Amino acid sequence: MAGDRFATAAQMRADLDARRVASATLVETALARAEAAAGLGAFVHLQPERARTDAREADVRRARGDPRSPLDGIPVAIKDLMVQEGEPCTCASRILEGFVAPYQGTVVAKLRAAGAVIVGRTNMDEFAMGSSTEHSVYGAARNPWDPTRTPGGSSGGSAAAVAAGIVPIAFGSDTGGSIRQPASHCGVVGMKPTYGRVSRYGLVAFASSLDQIGPFAHTAGDCALALAAIAGHDPADSTSLPEPVPDFAAAQRGDVAGLVVGLPREYFAEGADPEVLARVREAVAELERAGAKTREVTLPHAPYAIATYYLIATAEASSNLARYDGVRFGRRAEADSLGEMYRRTRSEGFGAEVKRRILLGTYVLSAGYYDAYYRKAMQVRTLLRRDFEQAFGACDLIATPTAPEVAFRIGEKTADPLKMYLSDIYTVSANLAGIPGLSVPCGFANGLPVGLQLLGRALDEATLLRVADAYQRRTAWHEQHPALDWERAK
Amino acid sequence: MQPAEVERIADLARLELDAGEVQRMTAELEAILGYVEALRTLDTTGVEPTVHAIPVATPLREDRAVAALDPERALANAPERSDFAFVVPKVLDEDET
Repeated sequence: MAGDRFATAAQMRADLDARRVASATLVETALARAEAAAGLGAFVHLQPERARTDAREADVRRARGDPRSPLDGIPVAIKDLMVQEGEPCTCASRILEGFVAPYQGTVVAKLRAAGAVIVGRTNMDEFAMGSSTEHSVYGAARNPWDPTRTPGGSSGGSAAAVAAGIVPIAFGSDTGGSIRQPASHCGVVGMKPTYGRVSRYGLVAFASSLDQIGPFAHTAGDCALALAAIAGHDPADSTSLPEPVPDFAAAQRGDVAGLVVGLPREYFAEGADPEVLARVREAVAELERAGAKTREVTLPHAPYAIATYYLIATAEASSNLARYDGVRFGRRAEADSLGEMYRRTRSEGFGAEVKRRILLGTYVLSAGYYDAYYRKAMQVRTLLRRDFEQAFGACDLIATPTAPEVAFRIGEKTADPLKMYLSDIYTVSANLAGIPGLSVPCGFANGLPVGLQLLGRALDEATLLRVADAYQRRTAWHEQHPALDWERAK
Repeated sequence: MQPAEVERIADLARLELDAGEVQRMTAELEAILGYVEALRTLDTTGVEPTVHAIPVATPLREDRAVAALDPERALANAPERSDFAFVVPKVLDEDET
């Protein structure tokens, strides 16, 4: 037996150490659950053979008393935009159909070095462009709490895989909220580290100045283990930060007494579901009971964050996605000339949301509009950064709702792109400012999970993990799990 | 935003849109651009643009040859290849001259 379906990586490690279970069993169980949950659409590719080999090797290391790390032998999943040598990587796009990665991405290399066993690749919005995991060539992923709803996105498959108890840890990427928002909607912890904390080498680029890889897990403690495994400077990514990586696991078990939690006036004002706001206020009250102090702060440019984000992210995307031209890899459309081949390949290969963003990005970078849109957005980005600098002069971290509402229904927002973009209203600022953010489950509204977002100073992931850990020690929201009745109904 | 403008940027982005897509994208881009107009109300005179949120100096490495992707692997995903080259359709046509 592989024990509790919703066991954390830390619990699995204890079971492995005590010889109560083998990694081979944990991995077999994860693969079987992924198959049984196919209707969830969380995975787009499983790699059973490689995973079984890796698990056997992990068991041999442990039998020798020589595990590589706390994650040795633990099954994990990665989002389908992280390249892994010898495995497909499609970004849930038709244009990367058949692509097999010819090199190892840094995060995958680090996970393998830590002994973590990658069981499969998770569903996502095409090229990470979306907030619902509906814009996928494989079809929409579903929320384990209610399969008529989306898991959020774009890393919805990773969030759903953890929430459904398939793997204890999964990795996603967060460009404007793509880890935190699905974590909130699926009732798990999700963290976007500081920009540059984790290497982007081998992360397929969406918006290079915003993208960052991070973990999903049931607990802040597991997130600390996962972040410790992947963080650190990488000479292969020129934006990776040379700063030393603290001992994130040691950041746990700390108390929060005396920490000042900033509450941005703009985030509690209006626009959010009152039930969601109520849960977030209750969570803040719990932190106060734990000894934290609260203080109102202001982020005056917050109302401009979504507009700023969609100009910068689409501009960068239009440039990054120019590489998909049918010449060197991926899908190629038949045509008689090179120009026609480019146009047909891209028109057939990209979905509607990706085309929309490429068009917007091309427009804002084009002659005559660059200053009015792109340069203006970069200037407002400076103002947003200054807002956080000022706020962090008065507090140690900031607490907000992660998303303005609970998980929405499949199809509810696909007809109105702008409405979909507003799902990220509380998360995009952290990407624009480069600071770390984390979402931790803080209760339910209408039977669906609500997330508390914690934002910290650049490079201060440790404080976020410490506060989330302290909160989870005082609450049991993360111990509530979906009923999984859809598994039988499939 | 006019349909002709959408067609112009689609051409710049090497995308082909059918008439229905042009119409839909025109309306959607119009709505998004309407929303981002709010930025114009902010005075950003003299504000330095932020390109990267966490500034790092351009790192330099030692000028020494290191192993890179070998040609066989680099070509492994080629839709069409010939020896160590990517094969593409003829480069010039009536649109491209």
